[in-house]
Amino acid sequence: MSRFEVLVEVALRPGIADPEGATIARALPALGFEGVSEVRVGKAVRLAVEAPDPEAAGALARRLSDRLLANPVIEQATVTVGGAEQVP
Amino acid sequence: MTAAPVRAAVVVFPGSNCEHDVAHALARLGADVSLVWHTDDDLGPADVTVIPGGFAHGDYLRPGALARFSPVMAAVGRAALDGMPVLGICNGFQILTEAALLPGTLHKNRDLKFLCGPCEVEVTSTAAPLTRDLEAGRRLQVPINHFSGAYRCDDDTLGSLVEGANIVLRYVRNPNGSTADIAGISSAEGNVVGLMPHPERACDPLGATDGAPLLASFLAAGADRAGAGR
Repeated sequence: MSRFEVLVEVALRPGIADPEGATIARALPALGFEGVSEVRVGKAVRLAVEAPDPEAAGALARRLSDRLLANPVIEQATVTVGGAEQVP
Repeated sequence: MTAAPVRAAVVVFPGSNCEHDVAHALARLGADVSLVWHTDDDLGPADVTVIPGGFAHGDYLRPGALARFSPVMAAVGRAALDGMPVLGICNGFQILTEAALLPGTLHKNRDLKFLCGPCEVEVTSTAAPLTRDLEAGRRLQVPINHFSGAYRCDDDTLGSLVEGANIVLRYVRNPNGSTADIAGISSAEGNVVGLMPHPERACDPLGATDGAPLLASFLAAGADRAGAGR
């Protein structure tokens, strides 16, 4: 078994209004930052998952994201499996 | 002989903060109220169930996302399936959507403002326990108090809400960007109702009383069911 770092990003689905992102986007030019055309705010959840391989770690993270971390009515989750370390 | 009082179970989560207001308002309307802690897997003897407002489990992750897994929610689900009138107020509405006892979800308010104040709503359907004794089109002043109160659902769901007369209350002036001005909905079967405004806060003649007919109607639905043999 290995322990995988798994990153789950929960974001609003495209087309769902993101008032938090819109507020940040409006604030940026006031601070002198130009050229940012869109800001979307979400959540990042880091997991340490023990699994035999990266595919299994990713599949587990997707299942728990669909069940709990994201509300499929307005949110979607993307799962990225990162580095692994051996677990004795 | 007077009828036995309607038995109302009010569910309490860690972080609920309207349970005593709801219990007080229901008791004034003649109900026999018991508070049910979220770890109970049974509602006790009840004709109606209310999930009150607040911040169940701190609203961690999303409002209602963790409350859905409390043991009491299995009992609420069984009661809902059995046809018991179930009412979710504010955070209770959010919990019922997360538990999939009501469709859709409650998104952050359009202007990212926490909204707290009186709000005018209109009865759009009298098919639900909450409004069965009111007239369609009646306008009521009922306070709102929420950050995530903008109702969202996909177009198919909205279509079936409209078709099934499951939009129970609409805002007269939409305060939060809610889809189709929705302030409250019912399940397809009609017995589960969620609304963002707080009728229990408008039940005292010293302030406002427009919430009382809503809760009285809800209790009457419970009384009918109890009279029909429970």
